[in-house]
Amino acid sequence: MMPSSSGGSWKSSGAGAGDGGVPDQFPAGLRVLVVDDDPTCLMILEKMLRHCNYEVTKCNRAEVALSFLRENKNGFDVVISDVHMPDMDGFKLLEHIGLEMDLPVIMMSADDSKSVVMKGVTHGACDYLIKPVRIEALRNIWQHVVRKRKHEWKDFEPSASADEQKPPEEPDYSSSANEGHNWKSTKRRKDEEDEADERDDPSSLKKPRVVWSVELHQQFVAAVNQLGIDKAVPKKILERMNVPGLTRENVASHLQTFLPHNSKNLVQKYRLYLRRLSGSPLPGGMNVGFMGGPDAGYGSMSSLNGLDLQALSASGQLGQLPPQSLATLQAVALGRSNNSKSAIHVPVIDQRNIFSVENPKSRYSEVQSQHLNNSSKQINLLPGIPTNMEPKHFVSLQQSGQHSFGSMNHQILIQMGGQSQSQTQSQNQVQSNTNAHHGLRQPVLSNDMLTRGGVVDVSTSVYNPVVSVSQASSLVDFSMNHKTDSSGSSYPLGGSLGIPNVRATSSALQGDGNLDTKVSGRRIVPSYDVFNDLNQNREWGLQDVGLTFDQSPHLIQVGLDASSPLLLQHNHSSVSEMGGQNRNLASGKVIFSPGVEARTHHNGSNVGQQRNTYVKPESDTDGSFHNTLYSELYGQDDLLVAIMKQQQQGVGQPENEFGFDGYALDDLPV
Amino acid sequence: MEVNHTKSQINFTRNSLFEQGYLDEQFTQLEDLQDDANPNFVEEVVTLFFSDSTRLIRNVDTALENYPLDFCKLDDYMHQFMGSSSSIGAKKVKQECTQFQECCKARNAEGCIRAFQRVKQEHATLKRKLETYFQVSL
Repeated sequence: MMPSSSGGSWKSSGAGAGDGGVPDQFPAGLRVLVVDDDPTCLMILEKMLRHCNYEVTKCNRAEVALSFLRENKNGFDVVISDVHMPDMDGFKLLEHIGLEMDLPVIMMSADDSKSVVMKGVTHGACDYLIKPVRIEALRNIWQHVVRKRKHEWKDFEPSASADEQKPPEEPDYSSSANEGHNWKSTKRRKDEEDEADERDDPSSLKKPRVVWSVELHQQFVAAVNQLGIDKAVPKKILERMNVPGLTRENVASHLQTFLPHNSKNLVQKYRLYLRRLSGSPLPGGMNVGFMGGPDAGYGSMSSLNGLDLQALSASGQLGQLPPQSLATLQAVALGRSNNSKSAIHVPVIDQRNIFSVENPKSRYSEVQSQHLNNSSKQINLLPGIPTNMEPKHFVSLQQSGQHSFGSMNHQILIQMGGQSQSQTQSQNQVQSNTNAHHGLRQPVLSNDMLTRGGVVDVSTSVYNPVVSVSQASSLVDFSMNHKTDSSGSSYPLGGSLGIPNVRATSSALQGDGNLDTKVSGRRIVPSYDVFNDLNQNREWGLQDVGLTFDQSPHLIQVGLDASSPLLLQHNHSSVSEMGGQNRNLASGKVIFSPGVEARTHHNGSNVGQQRNTYVKPESDTDGSFHNTLYSELYGQDDLLVAIMKQQQQGVGQPENEFGFDGYALDDLPV
Repeated sequence: MEVNHTKSQINFTRNSLFEQGYLDEQFTQLEDLQDDANPNFVEEVVTLFFSDSTRLIRNVDTALENYPLDFCKLDDYMHQFMGSSSSIGAKKVKQECTQFQECCKARNAEGCIRAFQRVKQEHATLKRKLETYFQVSL
């Protein structure tokens, strides 16, 4: 057991390190607080955790645990709590911790019924373990800590802000590659300029963290509900709350970080996120909020992704990512600037992906359920690579059920918002389809997003999986898939965000226009824009890709599914369609052929088409929630374009990488 | 009086507990946790379990005497009982707990009472067997 000081140093050194800065001995010394009224379980857990070289504090009452946490603000890294406790419901404790300390909380119970697990997810647990707990399940809990930290780090990374707790939006924006600056102009158009203003101000980065007590939070929630999701802007919320000393920034930050369990809030967040992406200089700001929320604990999701990836890997689809690719992806995800790494080639249109999309989808659902039932299985598909499959992702999945796509898409959108709205869409779609796919697709997205500055978080649950998956799993997947791709086709995850994806997606986008009809409603309008923008920009190398954004909507779709993450990014619209329905895949096959041909034409012709089609976000099949989200998104076509442009600049798209020509779309079996 | 049992005899006793379904794999997890720093870990945990579960049993007995039966409360107790039994690998006890919970859900008072009798029986049996096992193995 490491003394707390070492734990602290673990933390700080971790924070300082580049990638996540985990010290070598990590996760040894992880400071865990275990809360369970059952003395037998408590004793066993303590022993198990000690065997994992964690530093354990045990406590049999929730109130005591809370006071421990309050007295030692930074004294713990993760909390494990039982659900059924006599003095306080475990979920209540979870809420308190999420609000006040924002630590990852893992729930446990002998009860494995879906409703309870769901409750854990919606309340923001980052994982849910079924009793009896095995030591294997405990060994991996560090992933939740790293994940949460990474979200925070991403925010600051560029700005090197040492304050991990700082409000997400600010550090992200300022730190992320200065790309946000360009967005300022577009941001002005946003409704929430006030919010954007907050973000813009670097000095606001280091705002003291407001402790959102339960009461305060309830006031906040009441205010939001009174205003209505659509109107709940920080300014108005603040007015309604009427809390002296509370600033609009506090509220805005809380809005970001607090991940509401209901979809409405998600919409709101997404909306904000999107706005932010469009206009605010802080590309990732929103993200942080989402991810940083209590929902960060959806470890299950990660497992989901992990499972998906595994499934995919097993199926040989993901297979061969070279380690360096994965690392690259990760780095990208982390916001590194190694974007141009070609290692992360994410073949937008991986043949395998395309066709395998169908499978992943089903797999995804399975995984989901598996995940739910097997909380202890939060496997990290990529050991050492924290997947951002945050609970958010999970939540989103949950929320939308099978519609996870929708929600995911949203999230992705949101995240992508920074990078390319289309991406998110595609991601969403991808996500829903299958983690596996997402993994593939996502990497592209996530990388970008990450580099962007923590955009990833925005989508919260949905996003996470996408992003994280992409980062870790997706990246891996991608790399695996792409290994076979010619280097040209690799998707520079880091910089090019979407470019590679764009390729795939672009084609998708291209098709999107046409796809629109197909899209069940996820239309991610922004994606169109992105693509258009992408297509139009030679720099993006889309052209090389030749994905041809033709109208071959099919093509795009297919590509989307396959390379889901990629597609998502670029073709939000297309992706959404794709994501939402794996069915597209089936059609995708067919589509590809057209796409292939379209390749020749890319650039320009396609672009136009997409735009039109996408703009209809509302048909989201998932529900109004999505629609709302999308509608907002879609209104930002210009922004997307602008954003894409920005991205281009920022990422230095590897034009050559788009050598989709080398991608051999032609090889795609039709 | 302490008899010097051979290792194989100890193993035999242990294995029979598993084979007869008294213990499951979770018990092995506990054994794996035992090390030089805590050479009696398993025994300590089991002892703790039995003392704590005795308290729970008393609570349930009391609750079963109050009519009409408060099934929610009973289910809750049983949930706790199940949690700790499963954590030490008390397989049969756990199974009987599940039965009890089924009766609670069905609001079957008679069933609950009978099921709880079985829970107590299994509990007592396991306690006896484990005590014997620890005596010979430690």
